[in-house]
Amino acid sequence: MMECLDTIADYGLRSIGIGERLLPRENFTLCQQFTLIGSGMLWNIYFGVLSLLAGFFLATAVALGKAARNPVLRKSSEWFIFIFRGSPLFIQFFFAYFLFLALKGQYPFFDPFTAAWLGALLVLFLNTSAYTGEIFYGALQSIPKGDIEAADAYGLSGWSRFRRVIWPTMLRLAWPAYTNEAIFLFHSTTLVYFSGFPAWQQKGDALYYASYFADKTFNPFVPYPILAGYFILLTLVIITLMGRIGARLNRHLPQEAKRTRFRFRPQLIR
Amino acid sequence: MGFYWSFLTVLTLLAITAPLALIFGFGGAIAARSTIAPLSWFGKGYIAIVRGVPDIAFFLFFVIALDQGIEYLRHKIKCPDWPDTIRQGNDFIVCQAAKMPLGNAPQWVHETYGYFIAVFTFAIVFGAFAGNVLFGAMRAVPKPQIETAEAYGMTRRQSFWRIIVPQMWVYALPGLGNLWMVLIKATPLLFLLGVEDIVYWARELGGTKTPRFTDYPHGDWRVWYFLVLLVFYLAFTRLSEIVLDRVMRRLTAGQATSGGEAQRRAAA
Repeated sequence: MMECLDTIADYGLRSIGIGERLLPRENFTLCQQFTLIGSGMLWNIYFGVLSLLAGFFLATAVALGKAARNPVLRKSSEWFIFIFRGSPLFIQFFFAYFLFLALKGQYPFFDPFTAAWLGALLVLFLNTSAYTGEIFYGALQSIPKGDIEAADAYGLSGWSRFRRVIWPTMLRLAWPAYTNEAIFLFHSTTLVYFSGFPAWQQKGDALYYASYFADKTFNPFVPYPILAGYFILLTLVIITLMGRIGARLNRHLPQEAKRTRFRFRPQLIR
Repeated sequence: MGFYWSFLTVLTLLAITAPLALIFGFGGAIAARSTIAPLSWFGKGYIAIVRGVPDIAFFLFFVIALDQGIEYLRHKIKCPDWPDTIRQGNDFIVCQAAKMPLGNAPQWVHETYGYFIAVFTFAIVFGAFAGNVLFGAMRAVPKPQIETAEAYGMTRRQSFWRIIVPQMWVYALPGLGNLWMVLIKATPLLFLLGVEDIVYWARELGGTKTPRFTDYPHGDWRVWYFLVLLVFYLAFTRLSEIVLDRVMRRLTAGQATSGGEAQRRAAA
């Protein structure tokens, strides 16, 4: 037991470079595997949370752009969504990494972009914006006509109509699909360290450490189930949090209508 | 040349995996519907677990697990009097005759074996997704249809094959189409399974070439190679979208859905 606490002290924050420098090389204990894979989850959470938060705003903009009457805005939003939804995230990571690598040779400004913490975050941010933008666009199209007419009748227009009527209704309608997108985004953060972006000084995410252990022990039956357990926990947390927000968005509705239960239905691969 | 062949690798992977995954999914959905509890738990568990965990973890897991599973079985059959245990600390040791493929097999056998393990892994993972879609589709078939079948005296099995299966496809198609898109976009993960696919070749060929080793030295071209891949996938998904749209329009004709109703009105 004490030994395990030591291991946690040594490797608990290994993925962000705090603690023991060398990874364990032999006599792997279960505790080491749990600790290191859990420490890698920090990166998955970092990528997921930041790109989700930032992507939310761009997605709103893209959805409005796709619904806009201005052809320039509409076409550019459509292309943005098509490019990021139509190609594999894996290829996007590779392309972005080598693009940044090539740019780095010319402009030193791009130096941090070749590291995962910024470069991969940027790709994930754009990618989730495109997927979410499409979800929000769909919700925007299905806002009840009566709501907008009522807003007009109250004399709301422009920004205040958007802020008070259109936007909340859009979010409310899009929320179940958006929850799926969030789960699915967290799952796809595992691709980062397998797609060109180097894990500098072996600071990787959960899957990076899981495959490290699987490679070293030739035994996939321990690290991958641990990883799976962590992800199932993470998924449950996301469902709870998003469910809370969803309940708040729907709080004005009669109780009966609230019971549109969220169905867990991620697409997983993008 | 390898670069061009690898496109074919991806396309054959899709061609083999798609029907295989559909069969797995169909099996899973039937198991989940079963009235025998353990079978239904198995079906539901299969669908739930594979969907709850990042697919890439499954890809990495199944390849080793399948490989070791096959070797373990062969070891048990071929060398029953082997004294040592198979797992010795960090090593997985089986007797020479149980190696799969055999150690002295030619290179192409190793490559094909790896490829089929990869195909099988894809089929297991996508089978779970397909199982989910088909399970939902079977339940979406209107209840009165099944009740009518029962009223005509059909058994559970007969009503399943004659009423549910022919009608479920229209409900399953949007989900399956989505799955097809996802499957296309999952193909670059083949690279992680050690198959020499387009990602592998793009990295190899695009990397800096020096005059010492080749006749055609060039700088780092990997950006351009990956740009080509990006465009290839974009074109492929766009094409699939168009085809799926057509199929959907075909299938909805004459169905008791809002899509079918809209078609009927437009024609009338």
